[in-house]
Amino acid sequence: MPVSRYDWLLFLHVLAAFSLVAAEVLFSFIILGSRNLDVPSDVARIFRLSRFGDVLVNAGAIGVLVFGIWLAIDVDEYQIWDGWIIAALVLWALFAEVGRRVGRIYNPARDRARALVAENRNEPSAELNAILRSKAGLVLQAASVVVVLLFLIDMIYKPGA
Amino acid sequence: MLAAIRPDSWSFPLLLHVLGASVLVGGLVVAVAAQFLGWRRPDDADAFGRVAFRALLFVAFPAWWVMRVGGQWIYSKEGLDELDPEPDWVGVGFVTADFGGLLLLVSIVLAGLGVRGQKSVLGRIATVLAAIVLVAYLVATWAMTAKPD
Repeated sequence: MPVSRYDWLLFLHVLAAFSLVAAEVLFSFIILGSRNLDVPSDVARIFRLSRFGDVLVNAGAIGVLVFGIWLAIDVDEYQIWDGWIIAALVLWALFAEVGRRVGRIYNPARDRARALVAENRNEPSAELNAILRSKAGLVLQAASVVVVLLFLIDMIYKPGA
Repeated sequence: MLAAIRPDSWSFPLLLHVLGASVLVGGLVVAVAAQFLGWRRPDDADAFGRVAFRALLFVAFPAWWVMRVGGQWIYSKEGLDELDPEPDWVGVGFVTADFGGLLLLVSIVLAGLGVRGQKSVLGRIATVLAAIVLVAYLVATWAMTAKPD
């Protein structure tokens, strides 16, 4: 049996979802791994991983949205206004906003660490560590993980379908 | 839209399977990315080697079990175990899951030995194995979703 357009769209949609989850794992690793760091070069080092996360999260977020909507249009059983699809779109928007807020907390720490390294000031920095131990950052990252989990639950259970 | 509409009783095992598989891929991505950065910057190789080892041991390994148990559960729920012959995509899933699990185990041991003994060659072998497992699981994802015969 040849692979249909639906099958390809589904594969690309799932691949994008995996990319999103991989980014979540990576950012969680960075955030948890950097909490006990205060030496600027150590902080700058662990944040090098975030470049991979940025690519994964952007590709994943765009991919799930584009291929998800394409599937909703392509498959007769689904409509874009179905409750579970609207819920997924709301969760997508929530994920984007929470991710933006997480970035607003941790990107300054990354940039400060890089600046200190560039200035050859590599002594432990309490200021840097205070940002990395941010409770708000941790809570927002946990919220981001929960949103992705809700996304998966919504996709699989399809409430109301 | 992970699959067409299915009985509710299939949903939880499928959720476990997909959640485990996606976190497993995430753990492998972190490990491969960290080792790649370690290769490019030998001064940071030890630190990135530790990150890779932890990602494999604390993320990829438990996720592999969740993926595998969920997969076996949905396999019996869907009655795929009663089909003769089994569809090809099921075979692809089993081979990649189990052989990939074995390679994952070897890569964890090698990454751990590499970190412990500060032997970068072991870490590099572990990275190559983890990268192979990652590619195999992406192929398996294609087989699971596209279900080619």
